[in-house]
Amino acid sequence: MAHIEEHKETQIAQTEKQNYVMLNLGKTPDYGMPAFIQVVKRSLSLELLKGLGVTFREMINGLFRGKMHTTKYPFEKLPIAPRYRAIHEMLRLLESGHYRCIGCGLCEKICISNCIAMETRYDENQRKEVSEYTINFGRCIFCGYCAEVCPELAIVHGGRYETAGEQRAGFSLFEDMLTPIDKLKEQKEFAGFGSVSPNADENIKKTPLAY
Amino acid sequence: MDALMIGTIIKILIILLIVSAIAGFGTYIERKVLAFMQRRLGPMHVGPFGLLQIAADGIKLFTKEDIIPQNANKFIFSLAPTITAATAFIAMAALPLFPTFTIPEALPLIGGAIVPSVIADINIGILFILGTMAAGLYGPLLAGMAQSNKWGILGSARTAVQFLSYEVVTGLSVLAPIMLVGSLSLIDFNDAQIGGIGSWLIWQQPVAFILFLIAGFAETNRTPFDLLEHEAEIISGYVTEYSGLRWGMFFIGEYTNMVTISIIAAVVFCGGYNDIGFVSGWLLFILKVVFFFFLMLWVRAAWPHVRPDQMMWLCWKVLMPLAVVNVVITGIIIML
Repeated sequence: MAHIEEHKETQIAQTEKQNYVMLNLGKTPDYGMPAFIQVVKRSLSLELLKGLGVTFREMINGLFRGKMHTTKYPFEKLPIAPRYRAIHEMLRLLESGHYRCIGCGLCEKICISNCIAMETRYDENQRKEVSEYTINFGRCIFCGYCAEVCPELAIVHGGRYETAGEQRAGFSLFEDMLTPIDKLKEQKEFAGFGSVSPNADENIKKTPLAY
Repeated sequence: MDALMIGTIIKILIILLIVSAIAGFGTYIERKVLAFMQRRLGPMHVGPFGLLQIAADGIKLFTKEDIIPQNANKFIFSLAPTITAATAFIAMAALPLFPTFTIPEALPLIGGAIVPSVIADINIGILFILGTMAAGLYGPLLAGMAQSNKWGILGSARTAVQFLSYEVVTGLSVLAPIMLVGSLSLIDFNDAQIGGIGSWLIWQQPVAFILFLIAGFAETNRTPFDLLEHEAEIISGYVTEYSGLRWGMFFIGEYTNMVTISIIAAVVFCGGYNDIGFVSGWLLFILKVVFFFFLMLWVRAAWPHVRPDQMMWLCWKVLMPLAVVNVVITGIIIML
C-alpha cells in the first residue's frame, strides 16, 4: 500500500518539511478605479483558468500517479504510533512462555478509574499466581498508568483500537488479553510509555560502588 | 401513422428515458469527478466502482418519508417540484440531439421510421428553450415561498435575484449569434456551421460564448452562482423542507437543465452534430456535450461561490455591457 507508506513518511517528516510561503497580495482596493483595474487585470490574466488547472492537475495526480488520499478504512488501516494506548495486552516471558505478571497488584492500585480487579494466591512453589484478573473497559480511560507502573512490562497497551461495545461494562479476562502460547514468537515488545528506551544500553553507567 | 410520426414518438421516448437516466447518472458522475479532483475515491462500494450508487440513491429517495410542513401551502408545495422537472423536459423538445436518420426497413414495427434530429422544429427554437428554462425558475421560487421556512424564503428571494440578473445576459449573449445566423431555429444554427471546426461560431463570437456559459451556469444554479441552495449560508435554500421524491424531482430538473445548457452550447457555438472529416457527428456531439457537462463539475471543484450582490454586480455591471457592446459590434460588422 503505497499511500499508507506515504502517510507514514508525512507523519514523521511533517514538522521538518513544512515550509510556508507567505503571499504578498497587497491591500485590497475597495473603491473606484483601483478596484476596477484589479478586476480587469485578474480577468485578463485568466486567473480563473489557473484554478481550473490546479484541480485538473490534482485529478491527474490522484487517478494516474497513485496519489489518492483515501484509505479504505475497514479494509486497510493506517499504522498507529507505538505509544498509542489501545486495548491492553498481557505479555509472556519469551524463554519459558510463562506469563510475566508477578501479581504485585501495582496496576490495580494505581488505576485511577478503578477498572482493574485482581486476585492472587500462592501456588505450590510459594510463588504469586494470578487467580483472577479483569479489566472493565467500560470504565477504563486508557491513561496508561498500569503499563507505566508495571515493573515487569507484563501489562502493556496493544494496537487494537476498534472497541465499540453494546453495553456499558465490557470485561476482559486475563486469558483473553494474554498472548496465546502458540503465538509467542510473534509477541512484540512494547515500545510505548514505560518501556525501555531503544538506546537503553548506551545509558547504562557503572554504579558508584564500582569506583 | 406516417414514418415521421413514428420517428418523433421514438425520439420523445429516447429523450425522456435516456435524458432522465443521464440526469440521475449525472449525480454519480458529479460525485466521482469532484472526488477525483479532491484526490478522494468517491462512491466505491455499491456495484463495480460504485456504479450502482444511483440505484441505492433511488431506493433511498423512493422509500423516504414524504414530509409536508404544517404551515406550508400544501398545493404549491407539492406543485413546485413538478414545475422544475417538467419545464426541464419541455425545453428538450426543441433541442436537436443527433442527425436525422431512418431506422432500417429490416426492423419490425418501427422499420422505415424517420427519426428527426429535433422533436418539434419550431421556428423560435432557442427562444422557446430559454423561455421554458426561465419558467423553470418558478419551481424554486414557489417552493421557497410555500414551505414556511426562513431558509426557504431566503432561497426564493435569491432565486428572484438570480433570475433578474442572468436572464438579460443569456438573451443578449445569444442575440449576436442569432444575428449572424439569421434564424432562431437550432437546426439552422447547426447547418450554418457545417464546414468543419473553422466555421464554428465560437471563433466569430468568443465573447458571446463566454457570456453564454456564465449565464448558463447561473441558469442551472451551478457552483459559482449556486446561491439558491448555498449550504453554508442558507442550509439548503429552497429545498430545505423537501424530502424524498419531491427533492429528487428538483434534482432531476437541475441535471436535465445542465444537459440542456451543454447541448445549446454545443449546437450554437461548437458546430452541433456536423461530421468533421471522417469522424461521425454523433460521436462528436456526445463528446461536446460531455465536455460541457464535465466543465460544470470541474468549475464546481475549482471555484468558490459568489455572494448575491456580487452576482448582481457581475451580471448588470460587467456582463450586460459586454453583451451589448458585442451585439453592437456584431451589427456593425454585418452591415459593412
